[in-house]
Amino acid sequence: MTDDNTHTGQKSNRKVVIWTLGVVVGMFGFGFALVPLYEVFCEITGLNGKTGGRYEVSSTIEVDDTRRIRVQFLTNNNENMPWQFKPVVREIKVHPGEQMKVEFYAKNTTGKIMVAQAVPSISPAEGAEYFHKTECFCFNQQTLQPGEDINMPLIFLVDKNLPDRLHTLTLSYTLFDVTEKTTKTKS
Amino acid sequence: MSAVVGEHHDDHHHGPAKGLTRWIYTTNHKDIGSMYLWFSFIMFLIGGTMALVIRAELFEPGMQIVDPGFFNQMTTMHGLIMVFGAVMPAFVGLANWLIPMMVGAPDMALPRMNNWSFWILPFAFALLLSSLFMEGGAPNFGWTFYAPLSTTYAPPSVTYFIFGVHMMGVSSIMGAINVIATILNLRAPGMTLMKMPLFVWTWLITAFLLIAVMPVLAGVVTMMLMDIHFDTSFFSAAGGGDPVLFQHVFWFFGHPEVYIMILPAFGVASQIIPTFSRKRLFGYPSMVYATASIAILSFVVWAHHMFTVGLPLAGELFFMYATMLIAVPTGVKVFNWVSTMFRGSLTFETPMLFAIAFVILFTIGGFSGLMLAIAPVDFQYHDTYFVVAHFHYVLVPGAIFSIFAAAYYWLPKWTGHMYDEALGKAHFWLSFIGLNLTFFPMHFVGLAGMPRRIPDYAMQFADFNMVSSMGAFLFGTTQLLFLFIVLKCIRGGKKATAQVWEGADGLEWTLPSPAPYHSFSEPPQVK
Amino acid sequence: MLSRRRLIALALPCLAVTEFAHADWQVNMTRGVTDVSESVFNLHMTIFWICVIIGIVVFGVMFWSIFAHRKSKGAKPAQFHESTTVEIIWTIIPFVILIGMAIPATGTLIQMYDTSDSELDIKITGYQWKWKYDYLQEDFGFFSNLSTPQDQIYNRDDKGENYLLEVDEPVVIPVNKKVRFLVTANDVIHSWWVPDLAVKRDAIPGFINEAWAIVKEPGIYRGQCAELCGKDHGFMPIVVKAVSDEEYQEWVLAKQELARQEYELKNKQWSLEELVERGEQVYNKSCAACHQASGEGLPPAFPALKDSAVALGPIENHIDVVVNGVSGTAMQAFGPQLSEVDLAAVITYERNAWGNNKGDMVSPQEIAQSK
Repeated sequence: MTDDNTHTGQKSNRKVVIWTLGVVVGMFGFGFALVPLYEVFCEITGLNGKTGGRYEVSSTIEVDDTRRIRVQFLTNNNENMPWQFKPVVREIKVHPGEQMKVEFYAKNTTGKIMVAQAVPSISPAEGAEYFHKTECFCFNQQTLQPGEDINMPLIFLVDKNLPDRLHTLTLSYTLFDVTEKTTKTKS
Repeated sequence: MSAVVGEHHDDHHHGPAKGLTRWIYTTNHKDIGSMYLWFSFIMFLIGGTMALVIRAELFEPGMQIVDPGFFNQMTTMHGLIMVFGAVMPAFVGLANWLIPMMVGAPDMALPRMNNWSFWILPFAFALLLSSLFMEGGAPNFGWTFYAPLSTTYAPPSVTYFIFGVHMMGVSSIMGAINVIATILNLRAPGMTLMKMPLFVWTWLITAFLLIAVMPVLAGVVTMMLMDIHFDTSFFSAAGGGDPVLFQHVFWFFGHPEVYIMILPAFGVASQIIPTFSRKRLFGYPSMVYATASIAILSFVVWAHHMFTVGLPLAGELFFMYATMLIAVPTGVKVFNWVSTMFRGSLTFETPMLFAIAFVILFTIGGFSGLMLAIAPVDFQYHDTYFVVAHFHYVLVPGAIFSIFAAAYYWLPKWTGHMYDEALGKAHFWLSFIGLNLTFFPMHFVGLAGMPRRIPDYAMQFADFNMVSSMGAFLFGTTQLLFLFIVLKCIRGGKKATAQVWEGADGLEWTLPSPAPYHSFSEPPQVK
Repeated sequence: MLSRRRLIALALPCLAVTEFAHADWQVNMTRGVTDVSESVFNLHMTIFWICVIIGIVVFGVMFWSIFAHRKSKGAKPAQFHESTTVEIIWTIIPFVILIGMAIPATGTLIQMYDTSDSELDIKITGYQWKWKYDYLQEDFGFFSNLSTPQDQIYNRDDKGENYLLEVDEPVVIPVNKKVRFLVTANDVIHSWWVPDLAVKRDAIPGFINEAWAIVKEPGIYRGQCAELCGKDHGFMPIVVKAVSDEEYQEWVLAKQELARQEYELKNKQWSLEELVERGEQVYNKSCAACHQASGEGLPPAFPALKDSAVALGPIENHIDVVVNGVSGTAMQAFGPQLSEVDLAAVITYERNAWGNNKGDMVSPQEIAQSK
């Protein structure tokens, strides 16, 4: 039916196709852009209980002695992760602003070398942005020999701007088996 | 299919080619429209059969017919086929048939692309359906395919599913581009935007939604593909990803998608109700603005599908308020339809019956939608049969009834014959009763605590489920009557006049019935 | 029960309204046993009645038109088709109604997001397809499996009263105390839902979510998984047993005592028969959903154990599969899920059931060493 179209009709059709395809390509890109956008959004709002990366402590940090926050530690093994994994202390109380060191125990109970990745998550999620880790085993993958065990450190502090209505922060680590993934990328 | 052709008494100088090649190579908007409509009807029957497998299993407590794994494949495939195979192609078929005739154009603006966008579909669905026969079975993770159930834990057929979705997406995008080009470039002289029939308006807005969100769907399935085969971690917490991200991206597509399925239905109702009320549509401009507002709002409400994933309070409040706002423009539309009927001169032919049922039942679906928008209460409704009842009320008597209404309304124009009115009314009443028997009890079992997507249920849900199942079989078998009515109408019947309906208004009714192979070779003048 | 429903099936066209009085026809939301569930229920009813009233007005006008303005009655169509005033009115009125709905809804939501201190924390982990409850302060935990027998599900036996809503071990909580639920998942996304508590929280692998409840009345409250999580999504119910404080303390002590006994069992010398006997129970609880009670599995996803290479092959390999799982398949690592005794028992059972008759066994001590 194109023969019924006038020459100008053809031209404006091409224009429509070009800009609509532009929208299509743009939105496809936007779909992927949502991934980093979401990361940023999560980090700002603490959505989903995601904690930020390594926190740099400034020397002038003040400790808020007026209140104590209960920090609770949880460990989970994701499917097919047979290691023993548990917090050395189950919970502690800290003043906001005060740096604390705790340890987590892990043991490779299997007969093979395994690599694990711990993923942190905080509940309630709105507390996540006030929980700062200056040192965490979750920043790196952990490789353990058969039967090897390890005490892994976490140094953290709770921001003194933590809203007053929050009294408890629960930090949960889930241990994932990433042995296959790491060996694959290395080879 | 060729029966449709045989009845076109077409004396135009280049009429249709003969035989199968006509359908393969055709660039004619009516041929392609018919193929879309037949394709969607076949998919409707396949998806419907799957629904009947589901309802047969749920007829009584206990596992009787299928195993739980296959049950999940059925719910997944039923959803995917109905959404992407039945409802969307049916509306594209209507757009193909009607938009050129309504705006006074000879054909669609990009006829060769039109051919492509249709012929991709059978291959996409062959690919999807073939997964039923693969080892590990068809996709079984629900039509919303939440990660990681659809990635790490998916059957191997998920790759075919992903390619199938890509192909459907390409088809819809090409269809949408064609609609936009046709409406923007091929309107008859004098047909300003604000004089366009509402069906054209709603489709223009739908087309924009399609080109905006189908690429996002393509993006999300591509990420799945990469997670499954290329070791990325978009949705796996182990590599720094997040399964909840999947839901955000999916619903960013998914919510506009549900409006893609309902906006053209609004357009159909806005054509039919004035005709049989013999009165102009009340508040035409406000209808256009309401449609546009619904489309825009649909981009900022997606997380109301995710109230239970653990959003922060502020997030819950924002998405709750935004979702509630949608009730305003939707309400305006319903009020306008009712005002159109008010003090009209009403007759109740089959299209009007379907249109009235559409308004009433869609409004009921809207009410349950408003209830679902209330975040704290949604904690009790979420993922129960109340949700199933809600979206079936907006999709079956919403989208599908409007498609039936459109089919009856324009069949005389397409075939040149009147359909059998008595049979049409029988089809309506049986569908109406069957549908309400099927879906109304689902509100009750949902409120009483029955989760969705389960193959077996506790004893207290037994009675209503039995009612639902019987309604479903009534509704399902009734649709064969529709097939019979359409075939009968194609083969013959009372000759239709050009205007067909006493109150009909619009350019398509100035063409003879059946409409000539090429719609308007000379552009008509619109006052 | 069954025959009554058959009767309804036959008598449906003349379905009597009185039927609705029966408990099986529950048509409304559960009111529940917490303050939150109560406010949710009231909010639900408020919104419902607002919708009903709007419906009556709108449909009333519509039905009046259908009745009075029909052509067959000689109605002549009016000419009006526009009124900006009317459009503005019916934009503003719904808006005002919506604000009226949003205010109580916001209140209830804030009530739900209360973060004051709890007296008891329970970690809930969703597994395919069971729940695990860990009492964080008391330092014990257990799995809660569906206890409805397969015979009832596959219609070989009459269905019980709590068909599909019963578990081998309910989660026990004290009444009138704030209990915090920390919800996560081991594999895919699940959702922990108990209607009576108005608690529904998605359990997401790698992430932790929380919800809370103060149950006001002792009782047994049942719920189900609310997020599609694979084959047996419909078969992982939740049972919450709310008891008085003393009863709860007794239960905790008994639980801790049981754990101690279980620990002792580990050092006991087990005979093959004892292990097989215990193993059968463990198998039916933890393995039969996939590998089937007959050991024949559901290939290809869930392979048969009967006559299988694993069950008849070297025992070290068998132990490795059960304890550490098989990555990339549905076979989970049961090492962290089952005690050494149960692991030894179930492995021994698998090697000696369904005609596998290997005649060998593994003791809990050997399992402990290999761990």
